[in-house]
Amino acid sequence: MSTAVEHAHPAAAHGTSGEGGHDAHHQEHWFKHYFWSTDHKMIGKQYLFTGMIMALVGGFAVYVFRMQLAFPGMSVPGYGRVSAADYNALVTTHGSVMVFWVAMPILIAALGNYLIPLMIGADDMVFPRLNRLSYQIFLLSIIVLFCSFFVEGGAFGGAWTSYPPLSSSGTYNNTPMGASLWLVAVALEFVAFLLGGINFITTAMNSRAPGMKLWDIPIVVWMIVLASVIFMASVGPLVAGAIMLLFDQLVGTAFFDPNRGGDPILWQHLFWFFGHPEVYVVFLPTMGIVAEIITVFARKKLFGYRTVIYTAFGIGILSFFVWAHHQFVAGIDPRMANLFTVTTVLISIPVGEMLFVYIATLWGGSIRLTVPMLWALSFIAEFLIGGVTGIYLGASGADIFFHDTYFVIAHFHYTFVPIAIIGLFAAMTHWFPKMFGRHLNEFVGKVHFWGTIISFNFIFIPLFFTGAGGDHRRIYDYSHFPEQWQPWLIELRQLATLALVAMLAFQVLFIWNVFYSMYRGKKAEANPYRANTLEWHAASPPPHGNFPVMPTVYRGPYEYSVEGREEDYWPQHLPS
Amino acid sequence: MNTASSFAGDIDELVLLITLSVGFWFILAEVAFFWLIFRFAERDGVRGKYVAGEKWKETRWISIPHYIILAFDVIIVIAAVRVWVHVKQTTPPADEVVRVVAQQWAWTFVHPGADGKLDTPDDIRILDELHVRLDKTYHFELSSRDVLHSFSIPSFRLKQDIVPGRVIKGWFKPTQTGTYDIQCAEICGIGHALMPARVVVHNETDFAAWLASHGQVAQIAPSPSGPALPAPVQQNAPGPNVPGGN
Repeated sequence: MSTAVEHAHPAAAHGTSGEGGHDAHHQEHWFKHYFWSTDHKMIGKQYLFTGMIMALVGGFAVYVFRMQLAFPGMSVPGYGRVSAADYNALVTTHGSVMVFWVAMPILIAALGNYLIPLMIGADDMVFPRLNRLSYQIFLLSIIVLFCSFFVEGGAFGGAWTSYPPLSSSGTYNNTPMGASLWLVAVALEFVAFLLGGINFITTAMNSRAPGMKLWDIPIVVWMIVLASVIFMASVGPLVAGAIMLLFDQLVGTAFFDPNRGGDPILWQHLFWFFGHPEVYVVFLPTMGIVAEIITVFARKKLFGYRTVIYTAFGIGILSFFVWAHHQFVAGIDPRMANLFTVTTVLISIPVGEMLFVYIATLWGGSIRLTVPMLWALSFIAEFLIGGVTGIYLGASGADIFFHDTYFVIAHFHYTFVPIAIIGLFAAMTHWFPKMFGRHLNEFVGKVHFWGTIISFNFIFIPLFFTGAGGDHRRIYDYSHFPEQWQPWLIELRQLATLALVAMLAFQVLFIWNVFYSMYRGKKAEANPYRANTLEWHAASPPPHGNFPVMPTVYRGPYEYSVEGREEDYWPQHLPS
Repeated sequence: MNTASSFAGDIDELVLLITLSVGFWFILAEVAFFWLIFRFAERDGVRGKYVAGEKWKETRWISIPHYIILAFDVIIVIAAVRVWVHVKQTTPPADEVVRVVAQQWAWTFVHPGADGKLDTPDDIRILDELHVRLDKTYHFELSSRDVLHSFSIPSFRLKQDIVPGRVIKGWFKPTQTGTYDIQCAEICGIGHALMPARVVVHNETDFAAWLASHGQVAQIAPSPSGPALPAPVQQNAPGPNVPGGN
């Protein structure tokens, strides 16, 4: 086949595997294999497992501070008594770790690395060494973050938004070292994802299999690429802001210090100009994952492939014009709120359209409720709650009351948990047979699913009510506030905490399932779901170089249940 | 929750309007979603349908609901902006002006005293307690001595961040007597949770009694020009943060 000639020998692109070539069984040193690899699949797994370990760190932080909220002053098992300073540091750590070191690496870096070359029919990323560097810088950012926990004054406690002047002055935050290290860690992490993003975009644009036109690219690849574009376009102002803030902390400049001519509000604009598009940076890849899963398990063509792409473009563009809805009551000109209310409420149109497309895809399907399908469907059901509660906060008049209350917390966890946590589980359970060549245990997977989903709702539905009852964020002890110290509020806080403990406990099942199945699970064939996209054409797990013969693409990715065909799927690489 | 200010009811009505309009669509979408899952569950011998979703006959099922949602969006935006303009962009004439100074981690409330004017010897400065009269319109001037804080009274549905270097103004009108929590709603350091304060809404007689008792204290206490508190920094005050903007 001519395609095999066109795609050069994969070993040439790697530089690590020597002369053996992809089909020879070469034995690498374990260190080189696991820690110094340029193989996109290994780097994807590195990001995946690092992200999951960081999820445990973020999960431990939330366990400690939720215990303090439910039972103020108690000695938390596994931690001890929580001081006000500890509480702020835990809240900050939870927020920044979950956004920057869990959602980003898993949804963009891990899945982008693992899936893009496999799904577009390439043997690796275009820049494999840049890819390795990206992960190494990411790891360095984690080391810096961990160092910040142990310096004098402890970890930074100024919230993940790091508003100055609190964050810019050690006199105010009492954690001068922690604040600077936190900022350096975040900046390094951005560098890592910039490198990764360059790679994703270049690879998806240049290395597609012959015959794969733009409208034949699987949705998840589109979404990760669009997310990378949004990330790159929005992160610049924040990196600039981070350096200015670091200068304020260490050199004594006064970009954000009002006493010397600076303006603290400037930081908020820079932060949220990145911060809001960031929501869609993680949202889009999960929408991609869900598209792949529901088409396979409903045996359906996506209801409007192009609609999904166009709405994703719409979301991407609109997401740059909504940032100030985080600042309605921050002291900006109140007239600005009107403009941002309009743009914010408008974003419900493309997001809603996308979700409707997915729901409509189910019509006329032949739906199998496998574990990945359960996760994908639960994403739609739960994300809808996150979507509609966003309207309360985008409506400026209502936000006067809801801003910085637990209503906000409940709202964005109904977006972020479906995106990052449900998205992770959906992707993991769906592509696990491809990644490790074995199946997860279906029964344990279902118990884990129901346990996680039910306890998740019992955490955050109560928090909508405590928020509407006036509970503000980042308050470590409500007993000082008579109006917040009423039995119904206390009980709701305890309910949320108990549900959290249950949700964390259910994750033990998942960890067991992953590690047990990795070695003992039922062997998986190349295409266990009878799916169309190219990664299922490769062996499970795919070897170095991915495909025995580089594939050629003849059709779109979602040709399921085509009339007149004996089989109800039609892989992209099969000639017609 | 108490509804203790003139605009608390407006905000509550807006919240109800949003709940009804998005609640309807939310329930409809979830019902359709679960119905589809059960209706099209895998059955022996039944294959999926091949629907591209690119013809109007197909897409109208999602497009028409969408136009209706857009109409609901417009209604919500109009209602939200109306409330916002009322609370944050228009200022009814003041019966009295109070000054609020936030710092790590306490509030100082400066009341105008018996003469009804600030910056006179009978001003009453109290930590962590704001005293106001029922059914009077109050203007407040917020300033901070260090970091960001936020002046939030949930029972009034009132919230406004306080930015060091600025004086941010706003208003409220208490409509129910009682004592309500003032929370700081913007993280401001280790003691963020430890700066609780109260607003006490008095009727006329109670307020007169309170004023009488504190008027005497004001006579003995150091005058405002004393060491009590420096005037807030006013670099770019009043700036664009004056509601109404004129």
